[in-house]
Amino acid sequence: MDQTALREVENIERHEGAFLRTAVVHHELAEPDTPLVFEIDALNVYYGTFRAVRDVSLGIHERQITAFIGPSGCGKTTMLRCLNRMNDLVETARVEGGVKYHGVDLYDKKVDPVEVRRRIGMVFQKPNPFPKTIYENVAFGPKIAGFKGDMDGLIEQSLQKAALWDEVKDRLKESAWSLSGGQQQRLCIARCIAVEPDVILMDEPCSALDPIATGHIEDLMQEIKDEYTIVIVTHNMQQAARVSDVTAFFTAEVHGDQDRRTGVLVEYDRTEQMFTNPSDERTENYVTGRFG
Amino acid sequence: MSGGVRTMGTGDIVAAKLQHRRIDLRGKVFEYLLLLSLLISLLFLAVLLFEVTSRGIGVFQERGADFLTGRLSVVTAMTAGVGQAIMGSLLVLVVVVLVAIPIGVGAAIYMEEYAADTKVTRFINVNIRNLAGVPAIVYGLLGLVLFVQILPGITGGKTALTGGLTLAILVLPIVIITSSEALRAVPDSIREAGIGVGATKWEVIRSHVLPSALPGILTGTILSLSRALGETAPLLLVGATTGFLATGGANFFEMFRDSYTTLPTVIFRWSSLPSADFRALTSAAILVLLAITILANAAAIILRNRYERKW
Amino acid sequence: MAAVESNLVDLSGAPARRRKEEIIRRIFQSAAAVSVIISAAIVFSLIGRAMDFLFAVDVSALFSPSGWFPRRGFYDLRTIVAGTLIISLIALLVSGPLGVGAAIYLAEYARPRMRRWLKPILEILAGIPSVVLGFFALTWISPELVQRIFEGATLFNLTAAGIAVGILITPLVASVSEDALRSVPVSLREASYGLGASKISTTLRVTIPGAISGIAAALILAISRAIGETMIVAIVAGGTGGSPFRLNPLQPGQTMTGAMTALAIGSDQVKGEALTFPSLFFVGLLLFFMTLALNVVSERFVRRVREKY
Repeated sequence: MDQTALREVENIERHEGAFLRTAVVHHELAEPDTPLVFEIDALNVYYGTFRAVRDVSLGIHERQITAFIGPSGCGKTTMLRCLNRMNDLVETARVEGGVKYHGVDLYDKKVDPVEVRRRIGMVFQKPNPFPKTIYENVAFGPKIAGFKGDMDGLIEQSLQKAALWDEVKDRLKESAWSLSGGQQQRLCIARCIAVEPDVILMDEPCSALDPIATGHIEDLMQEIKDEYTIVIVTHNMQQAARVSDVTAFFTAEVHGDQDRRTGVLVEYDRTEQMFTNPSDERTENYVTGRFG
Repeated sequence: MSGGVRTMGTGDIVAAKLQHRRIDLRGKVFEYLLLLSLLISLLFLAVLLFEVTSRGIGVFQERGADFLTGRLSVVTAMTAGVGQAIMGSLLVLVVVVLVAIPIGVGAAIYMEEYAADTKVTRFINVNIRNLAGVPAIVYGLLGLVLFVQILPGITGGKTALTGGLTLAILVLPIVIITSSEALRAVPDSIREAGIGVGATKWEVIRSHVLPSALPGILTGTILSLSRALGETAPLLLVGATTGFLATGGANFFEMFRDSYTTLPTVIFRWSSLPSADFRALTSAAILVLLAITILANAAAIILRNRYERKW
Repeated sequence: MAAVESNLVDLSGAPARRRKEEIIRRIFQSAAAVSVIISAAIVFSLIGRAMDFLFAVDVSALFSPSGWFPRRGFYDLRTIVAGTLIISLIALLVSGPLGVGAAIYLAEYARPRMRRWLKPILEILAGIPSVVLGFFALTWISPELVQRIFEGATLFNLTAAGIAVGILITPLVASVSEDALRSVPVSLREASYGLGASKISTTLRVTIPGAISGIAAALILAISRAIGETMIVAIVAGGTGGSPFRLNPLQPGQTMTGAMTALAIGSDQVKGEALTFPSLFFVGLLLFFMTLALNVVSERFVRRVREKY
């Protein structure tokens, strides 16, 4: 049985009369199959003075599907958006700690966030195609990046990879908004793929879709995982179990009188291991449905 | 942790590409151009205020409050004042308040609280929005026909009452639209609560909906009055005096059915007199008008901001 | 009050209370009806007298090459329509870039603290009466701006009027455009950023196209307001006694609204002929229908934005 290697540094603090174990835990897979893409080190995210994510450390590996799971409000989406600097768009957001991408500090002053997002793409919770034609939606990213080659070919290839080509090949000039929800989301994936990213981040991509459309997207993920590193946030445990190779379980700490919750990483392991033999009691409670 | 030659190679390339942060020149230029367009508008405003103040402040320094009480004249700049104009504006505004506000708020109450969503209702809505877009001078034409030619018996012809009624019709659509918005902003839960304890529709409106909507209605009222204060074209058409005004000892109520002038009318007339003295007078009159207008608009904005925060 | 008795008791309520409610309802309904009456009144009062003029006048006088000199019987419509259109065009050239530019800045770039100051100032600009801008046009815009830049411009000219009208309507353009820009959902912008687009790319390729109907509505509304603007024209455009047909914006001219004002106050002392005064209503009717058509079109564009999202 593979075990997660843990290096724990324990700080025991008195907090309003109760003992709180503040553990800064570095989570790594003991025998990774592929090299690291992201090295996240003691990541803290603040919105103003409120800490939304506390001391997260983990490594994400290439060409695998990594799932972030946990109850709502535990900072999964905030975490995800740190990986492509989308939190930059929020005025009050502040990131502390390190996110290294292929060894490069993503938050270094010299790093251009626009360039970051070309390599680390994102698919959002609610499909958000542009109010343009299907063709123009997929072509948008490459055009922005200055692509001068065979655009038609690139479009077809991207739509093929997103398992949408057969359904739309005769109506590329129609409005993207005329597609069904599931088709729109696959279009968004095609749009993302067209930029030829290295990593694809998915923020609950199926939560707005029906089960059949969800199945399509999950199959799609398995097909493309050989080419892209995928990190998916999902509130659906079964989906994580079906789809991912590695899972990170987050939970929310509630602070006394405040209504705000801070996200922390509890456990990070191969999916099979986490769901059959979790190390932490909190994880076990969550995956067995005792709370959620 | 990160092992393997392959990762190092990719890392180098990635590092090189990522760390070459382009100074987004196009983006910055674009942003500053946009800011410029905003600032140019404000610049015009600043120049206008500066010009008017520098020309007109001298009148107040020399004559002080005498300017505010002086009589209208287009001949002698030294004694000409805006006293009658202010009085006339006041008379007109009184009529506007007494006529446009009750009818406007009443119409808004009907449209928002009583009327069902039928074709007729939608037609009335469209009609009100169209009326809001009709040029002021056309209302002047209406006033000319209705109040000067058809109904001089009631209005007295080219009087302050006529002017007030004409402007009341002009601002009516604005009052209706702003009051409707204020009423719509009141949450339905309040209405349901009232109906739930057995109150009638009017009782709910009177004791819950109207008081909640009152700040918004008040804001709309102030903006309408401010608009009416600055209107000139319709009043010219219904006979506001521009030259000499003889008001001899009439009591307040009689003044409504008497000749009159208003502040913007005087400004218009004096602006055609090119002498430096009258230029100064015009500027001084503008200062008075602007002071009132800007104060009123500021009050409305403050009222609206404080009101918006409540919900 | 017992439950059993309520089956036998009439639940329709006290008749006096119901009657009072009905009366109140009727009162409010008649208030709403007033608005319809006003529209009807405008149309009927204008049409009657305008038709009188139209039937009495010689058609050739309406296209008289001598220009618009109503007191001499020359009612060349082309002169005053041309004047109106020239001023509106200049006003659009001023208020379009300034208003839309300001709107884009406020909606996309300005920090919240800046917006809190800039928006009220823009609203103050919106409250300035047109006579004030007319005086400003005469005493500053014309001599300091127009006459300095362009040789041969007279003191009274259409350009100064156009610029002043442009300043007058800029806040309106900015306000409607900003509403349109803000109605473009954040999710579309996020999609663009997520694909690695810069801010200017997103603004130009996603946000502005998404709001284009609303911006078009703003510009159409601007033209409508410019056409109907009176006092600035009356003060600085010249042509109060009449005007020949002229297309030179650096010279004085007459617009529809200016013509109406001149007719109403009789700013020149010549008495004129029998049809002079009724021509006022004909021009007024023309103006009414022009602005009505523009406003209806503008409304349709605004509705298109609302329906989209």
